[in-house]
Amino acid sequence: MAIPKSLRLEFVTPERAIAHEDVDEVELPGEQGFFAVLPGHAPLLAALKTGPIWYRKGNDKHFAFISGGFTEVTADRVSVLAQVAERAEDIDIARAEASKRRAEERLSKPTLADFDAERARIAMLRALTRLQVARHSRTRG
Amino acid sequence: MPSLIDMRRRLRAVKSTQQITKALKMVAASKLRRAQEKVVATRPFAIQAKRVLASIASRVDSAAHPLLERRAGAATGNTLIIVVASDRGLCGSFNTNIAKAVAGFLRENKGRTMALGLVGRKSRDLLGRRGFPVRFEYVNLPKAIGVADAEAIVAPAIEDFLAGKIDSVHLVYNEFKSVISQKVVMEQLLPMAPIETPSDAAQPAAGEATEYLYEPSAERIFDILLKRLVEAQVLRALVESNAAFYAAQMTAMDAATRNSAEMLSSLTLQMNKIRQAAITREIIEVVSGAQAL
Repeated sequence: MAIPKSLRLEFVTPERAIAHEDVDEVELPGEQGFFAVLPGHAPLLAALKTGPIWYRKGNDKHFAFISGGFTEVTADRVSVLAQVAERAEDIDIARAEASKRRAEERLSKPTLADFDAERARIAMLRALTRLQVARHSRTRG
Repeated sequence: MPSLIDMRRRLRAVKSTQQITKALKMVAASKLRRAQEKVVATRPFAIQAKRVLASIASRVDSAAHPLLERRAGAATGNTLIIVVASDRGLCGSFNTNIAKAVAGFLRENKGRTMALGLVGRKSRDLLGRRGFPVRFEYVNLPKAIGVADAEAIVAPAIEDFLAGKIDSVHLVYNEFKSVISQKVVMEQLLPMAPIETPSDAAQPAAGEATEYLYEPSAERIFDILLKRLVEAQVLRALVESNAAFYAAQMTAMDAATRNSAEMLSSLTLQMNKIRQAAITREIIEVVSGAQAL
């Protein structure tokens, strides 16, 4: 079977479609580690964790943040179904900073009655990943 | 006969009410457009998720998943009804239609144990004190309805269903049909409808690699996918209901504005009559006073 020249990326969340275009390469945060997908990839279904994702068309690289979801990969198509996703340029840095501070504060006071370490940790992870994605794409221009 | 001052006062009151209804109508119209866009934006996910689901379902033992399990009591046993109404009023019969549909359903199924999940302040106001157990309330929906809201609504339903406390979950909401019409729909949320596997699409042509690699496992992905689908269905109900609300509010406020215009003209006529009568009376008084001299 001939290897297809490009991948059709279908990047959606329940709220809206993020991207719908032909790309050359996609890198995804799998639950068991990051992996990149090139055209002609073996069929794969993978669960995704909170993390950065990027896709590339020629030299044009796009970054995004995703949290929760999964992906279906076939030789010529990548469908990313994320629970939450934001393109790097749509990330609200001030909000991410605020939620990072909030999470830090909660983690520093583990004696509070309603302390939920797991929740605070996840909130922290989300905030940090958002910031990382936003900064990364901004420094690259 | 009311005095001239009373009439003026009433006229002013009606006029300011009209201004409010007019403004609300405009606001609803502009919000409606955004709400409609949101409804459309939820479609791609449903399409993609269904496609992936169909292709997994043909490869794993899909009937075994607990969310798909049809228990013997599904049609008769304990039921949770998730009622989606709005937080605010001034929208005609939008919320009462929902309440009526739910009340009708409860009456028809008297023998079953029903619990309610109330979404939106108006559903609580209309159904919260009817004596049915309320499993959860979710009021004060944010302006931008998102996945987090759907997750919060679905979580208790899935929890109870998996624990065997309830045998089915239904969802009632207003569907946005068009700007002038909304339709109350009742859907079964759990157990989920059996997955249809399209006979041609799911079976890839011979020679193509048919077997997927799974990371971490087919069961886990299937599990995530089903939960996401339930959430997506609830999210769709929320955004549909939101769009339908603004449409209902717009129509109701338009009618109110027209009614007040009608009222204004009849009040103005009445006021002019009174004014004329007063003038006539005064002239008569002056004339008869002059004659008396």
